[in-house]
Amino acid sequence: MDAFLFLTFAAIAVVCGINIIVQTHPISSALSLVGVMGALAVLYLMLGAEFIAAAQMIVYAGAIMVLFVFVIMVLNAGGERLTKRSAYVRIFGVPLMAMFLGLIAFVIQAALPRGEMVTFGAFTRGGPADVGRALFTQYLLPFEVVSVLILIALIGAIVLARKEID
Amino acid sequence: MSGVPLNWYLILSAILFCLGIAGFLYRRNIITIFMSIELMLNGVNLSFVTFSYKFKQVDGHIFTFFVMVVAAAEAAVGLAIILTVFKNRQTLQVDDINSMKN
Repeated sequence: MDAFLFLTFAAIAVVCGINIIVQTHPISSALSLVGVMGALAVLYLMLGAEFIAAAQMIVYAGAIMVLFVFVIMVLNAGGERLTKRSAYVRIFGVPLMAMFLGLIAFVIQAALPRGEMVTFGAFTRGGPADVGRALFTQYLLPFEVVSVLILIALIGAIVLARKEID
Repeated sequence: MSGVPLNWYLILSAILFCLGIAGFLYRRNIITIFMSIELMLNGVNLSFVTFSYKFKQVDGHIFTFFVMVVAAAEAAVGLAIILTVFKNRQTLQVDDINSMKN
């Protein structure tokens, strides 16, 4: 059952990931990215990360992607045209990327023990209580710093979007 | 005992990261390039959560949380920049936005 769920949602993630690259209109890419994020949320649940799965759906698939779709709709710039360099990339890039991926997969297989299995329910400390306790004790300072970062980003986005820069 | 090998999760995260790199290099639309960066961040998040499972620690989840926060901040500022660029140039092609080149 675990393997079936993993393979299903991994396949969804990979197919949507490829779809992001091959689609020419940004709105199709954005919807594919939502598919990737939804599939990844299920995989997080299988790894016992309940809080992160919820945050993935709410923050990533909800807030960030709505922002993307909103900007795409506002600009309405249509599809893109690929340059000549992109043709070279299409011919040489795919084998190079496959080689890079094979290298990473080889390193992963060589460095980690083979027999380790992921079973659903074996790790139960990923709920909001445990994550929150770690976040507000051990990681309190990074949490506060990140809140300042969010404030800076908020102000920066407002200033950038309303002023004409030339 | 039924289950999935841990390495499969890591290889899936490598696949997503490589797809993100490919999209970043191949696409010419600035919004799609931005979405490829988000795809790379998602791949890294998956490997954080996987290692969190492996070591039975909650720290990987915290890092994933921070990556999400930074991604949200990045999306807000980046999309504001994209809006400004489009307002001034009427294009989203990265090849046409080259005023710092010469």
